[in-house]
Amino acid sequence: MSADEQPLMVQVQGVGKRYRLGTINRQQFTDDVKAWAARLLGRPDPTVPVGAEVDPQRIGEDFWALRDISFEVRRSEVVGIVGHNGAGKSTMLKLLSRITLPTEGTIRMRGKVSSLLEVGTGFHPELTGRDNIYLNGAILGMPKAEVNAKIDEIIAFSGITHHIDTPVKRYSSGMRVRLGFAVAAHLEPEILIVDEVLSVGDAEFQRKSMGKMHDSAASGRTVLFVSHNMTAVRTLCQRVIWMEHGRIRMQGPTEEVVGAYLANYSKATTERVWSEEDAPGNAVAHLRHVRVAPASGGDVFHWEDPIDVEIGLDKHTADKISVNVQVLNGDGAVLFTTNLAEGLPGLVLGTGRQVVTCRFPSHLFNEGDLMLNIGVALKGWPSFRVEQAVAFTVIEPPRSGAWHARRKGMLRLAIPWQHRSAQ
Amino acid sequence: MADTSGNEDWNVVIAPDSPWWRLHLGEVWRYRDLFRELVVRDLTATYKQTILGPIWVLIQPLITSIMFAVIFGMVARMALPGIPALLFYMSAIVPWSLFSGVINKTSATLASNAPLMTKVYFPRLIPPLSSMTSTSFTFFVQLALFFVFAAAYRLSGSYAWSPGTALLMLPALILLEMMLAFGTGLIVASLTTRYKDLRFLIGFAVQLLMYMSPVIFPLAKVAPDSPVRPVLEANPLTPVIEGFRGALLGTYMDWSTLWYSLAFGTVVLIAGLALFQRAHRSYADVV
Repeated sequence: MSADEQPLMVQVQGVGKRYRLGTINRQQFTDDVKAWAARLLGRPDPTVPVGAEVDPQRIGEDFWALRDISFEVRRSEVVGIVGHNGAGKSTMLKLLSRITLPTEGTIRMRGKVSSLLEVGTGFHPELTGRDNIYLNGAILGMPKAEVNAKIDEIIAFSGITHHIDTPVKRYSSGMRVRLGFAVAAHLEPEILIVDEVLSVGDAEFQRKSMGKMHDSAASGRTVLFVSHNMTAVRTLCQRVIWMEHGRIRMQGPTEEVVGAYLANYSKATTERVWSEEDAPGNAVAHLRHVRVAPASGGDVFHWEDPIDVEIGLDKHTADKISVNVQVLNGDGAVLFTTNLAEGLPGLVLGTGRQVVTCRFPSHLFNEGDLMLNIGVALKGWPSFRVEQAVAFTVIEPPRSGAWHARRKGMLRLAIPWQHRSAQ
Repeated sequence: MADTSGNEDWNVVIAPDSPWWRLHLGEVWRYRDLFRELVVRDLTATYKQTILGPIWVLIQPLITSIMFAVIFGMVARMALPGIPALLFYMSAIVPWSLFSGVINKTSATLASNAPLMTKVYFPRLIPPLSSMTSTSFTFFVQLALFFVFAAAYRLSGSYAWSPGTALLMLPALILLEMMLAFGTGLIVASLTTRYKDLRFLIGFAVQLLMYMSPVIFPLAKVAPDSPVRPVLEANPLTPVIEGFRGALLGTYMDWSTLWYSLAFGTVVLIAGLALFQRAHRSYADVV
């Protein structure tokens, strides 16, 4: 049976979600009474701001968080939903989870649906871990008989065997997460809707949780997975839906969509070109362009590719200058610095437009966002610097096995290993 | 090929509108385990931190009754002649605390379950239903306490307690009172999503209502030409409270006045359910 012949499990047709901006501000009862009385007397509504009454249609602007969303998911498909903040991912998730209703369109689902927007929802601090397993299970729609049957397994999975009869208020936040995930992992829905709950807990526990996710995908469960973690999306999902500005920008096979998504994102940030008027700089030089690109061409910065940086500047002085590049990670920590004076010690650039390049070796950066600060120095003294001139995102190849979270560390070097038998 | 299973067996359909009278009671039944867990949570968590624990369920109405017995029985002399003041006050305060408890819990149901409602789907009627149930559990304990006291009075020979056949009205009275309280609570809960001020007003309103009901005085003590009389008679709770007295103590009661309460309760319950349906749908968007 090919994938296309599997029955539809989720069908989303023309779904839109509108939020009314402005109308929810009127929360005082007296305002409503005034507005109502005014309408009755045929007078203008005193609660509407002056000027707004010209066009009654404009009172309360509409904001469509989602519009024209249609997609289908078949049985045992694992579909990822990606997009930037504000793209409508979380609204989509809320609609699929039945927390809020769409303004238009219909969502149909078949079978038992479980939705995990967070773990440990509804834990009561005064109740024991064991009591909370029953409570949380019931909240997630697990019948008591099912919890009874699985309680030992759940406790073992959480690893909180000794403290299971202690009130949850004495638990550390890590323990609560583990208990919450242990319950969630033992749900057996036909459709599973997951937010990035995977990025919780310590490494050991993450490995266990991801293994469980993997199993459920492998056992023919339908999974909708909303995530920022491209490694997890690329490893788990067969198909990806890319959302942008509340609409579906693209959907299709994972590699195709993730590639386009990353390329689109990087296009905006990997190149900066300045005109003569607004070029940053001073009497020493002006920066005219900075460009960062994978050495193999294309738009996606793979971990296995070297990365080229190109800097163009107008040099005004005849003195020797140096150009330096600071590499920062997403948290703003400087990973390392490299400069022209050390790279090409004898070089004295002439005046006028000059272009210098440097290449970061492959197998260097850990996956994630990186930024470059570009500076110019005259005779060893800093002259000017452009903060975060360009930015790019490094991804690693899909991994096998169950561990998809970001590896720890700022760098991810290819370290050679050797082995000899010491018998 | 493709989808042979047709369009009918979608078991979850999420669409913008469904009429307010569709309460999805089948869905509520499917989530009965959640209902039970929430009741258990309410009962175990409330008294967990206290020294006396569940004994508070008994102490609270007892202290109030003794207080009223002392203040009104000795100073204002409101009790009916021949009935011990303690029993007289308990017979009304116990049902009154059911009413006020259910109203208070139900009206806070959306606010107190906000963290759940923004994260998980479940039939939204479950939390108000479960908090009503846990509140009524307290009521039944207190009612049992009343019977213990009444029996003690009878055994000691100081008061020949014999409520008679009117006692059979008790289940109907309890249901009627819960209907009134639940409906009103749902209306308040729905309105508080829009008008936050109501949250503060409801406490006062319930208190005021107590003085407008024959809780600390019997209706018989209010003169027919008194200006409060019409207010008391318009109050749908008056027949209920008087009815509890009639059932528990065998005092005079015009049972036909209960029809008015029943009509009022039906309207309030339907209005409450309708408003609540509307309010909880948009709740996750405004919270």
